[in-house]
Amino acid sequence: MEPVAKDQIVRLRAAVSLLGRFPALAGIDLEVGRGEVVLVQGPNGAGKTTLLRTCAGLVPVVSGEATVLGCDLTQAADRTAVRRRVGLLGHATGLYEDLTVADNVRFWARACGATQAEADAALAVLGLDGRLANVVVAKLSAGQRRRTSIAALVARRSELWLLDEPHAGLDQAGRDAVDRLIGSAAAAGATVIVASHELDRAGAIAHRLVTIAGGTVVTPSPSPPDVVAPPPSGNRSDRRQKAAEADSEALRVP
Amino acid sequence: MFRDAALVARKDLRIEWRSRVTTNQVAPFAVLVLILFAFALDPDRGVLQRATAGLFWVAILFSALLAVQRAFALEAADGNRDALRLSGLNPAGIFLGKAGAVALELGALEIVLGIGVVILYSTTLSGWLLLITTCVVATIGLAAAGSLYGVLAAGLRVRETLLPLLLLPVVAPVLLGATRAFEAALGQSTSDGWSWVELLTTFAVIYVAFGVLAFGSLLEEA
Repeated sequence: MEPVAKDQIVRLRAAVSLLGRFPALAGIDLEVGRGEVVLVQGPNGAGKTTLLRTCAGLVPVVSGEATVLGCDLTQAADRTAVRRRVGLLGHATGLYEDLTVADNVRFWARACGATQAEADAALAVLGLDGRLANVVVAKLSAGQRRRTSIAALVARRSELWLLDEPHAGLDQAGRDAVDRLIGSAAAAGATVIVASHELDRAGAIAHRLVTIAGGTVVTPSPSPPDVVAPPPSGNRSDRRQKAAEADSEALRVP
Repeated sequence: MFRDAALVARKDLRIEWRSRVTTNQVAPFAVLVLILFAFALDPDRGVLQRATAGLFWVAILFSALLAVQRAFALEAADGNRDALRLSGLNPAGIFLGKAGAVALELGALEIVLGIGVVILYSTTLSGWLLLITTCVVATIGLAAAGSLYGVLAAGLRVRETLLPLLLLPVVAPVLLGATRAFEAALGQSTSDGWSWVELLTTFAVIYVAFGVLAFGSLLEEA
């Protein structure tokens, strides 16, 4: 195995991951550098979710090379180690229905070694620091639950963000907030991989678009014409840029 | 590990405090079991008094099943198990936290049922040191074994029906030992209650140690 460059956060080479006996990732190649925002798109069942779960260390890599944050994902001990350093926003909320929004975010923040102040900062970034903070999750709408999950993710201050359909269930303001957060995270030094069908938002958030199908990359593109290259702040309005700068302080990777 | 255990136990107890499942469902169920035994054996109150120890622990055992199922249903819901795996919490800490929360719930339940047997069965409680020691070690054993089998069954679709099948045979020694120790404490038996406490302690130590070592693997595979 070749040594992994310091700024190479994700390197998959001919990586194979199984779901049961089915190869959900069938020899995928992907490299993602530090601070990069990559949007992964593809049809349903293409392997987007498995790609994110594999990078998070939840699905073993059975053959090929897979290195995330310097951890070799073919090794069980390294998969466990990488989990502490990534933030995964999956389809499920990962929230306890009978706890309040604040209780949930604080629990997951403290579980990941973050402080209560960091959890409260994350609540504020997502606009959950007011009355909503004390509402039990069972009484929230789907969009509010999504925002709570994102707040729990933000509180982790992960080096690698893995977002599976992060805009799902959110209203326009929530979608804009997610875009802003992704930009802020990248500006703060995190790497972001987003699986999404929302290609119209790609220009606003991604440096690079990758299309996968059948568990492998079919069109890697360093700079597709419909994706505006850089991130976060270059093409934003002043107001959004200021908001992004404020968020990036809360998101700074330790 | 102990920091993680305290974090998980506080979270589980806070959930129980807010949802009131233990107070509104598990405790009434346990009391109902005592009442049904009283109905069934009422014609002869002497039988109820003589069977107090066994009936008490059978009620606790059934309630423990509910408490364990509830504790792990929380983690099976909506991606929480993956979130736990990603959290970096020490698996041994998660085990100790969940078992600790279940043990505290069972401890509270034992106080309620203790009052229940005094009122319903006219039992006079005696041998307090033996009674309390038995309750403590039996509860730790039940909570530890329950948490191990709870996580094992948590990932299965048939967990509600499978857990009793897995757990009840395993905790039979707790039922036997705790009942015999209670009988000795209540003066219903001439056997040495403390030897049964030794059995219960051995059971608790084995399952706590096994849980600390194996919980991580079971959480991965569930």
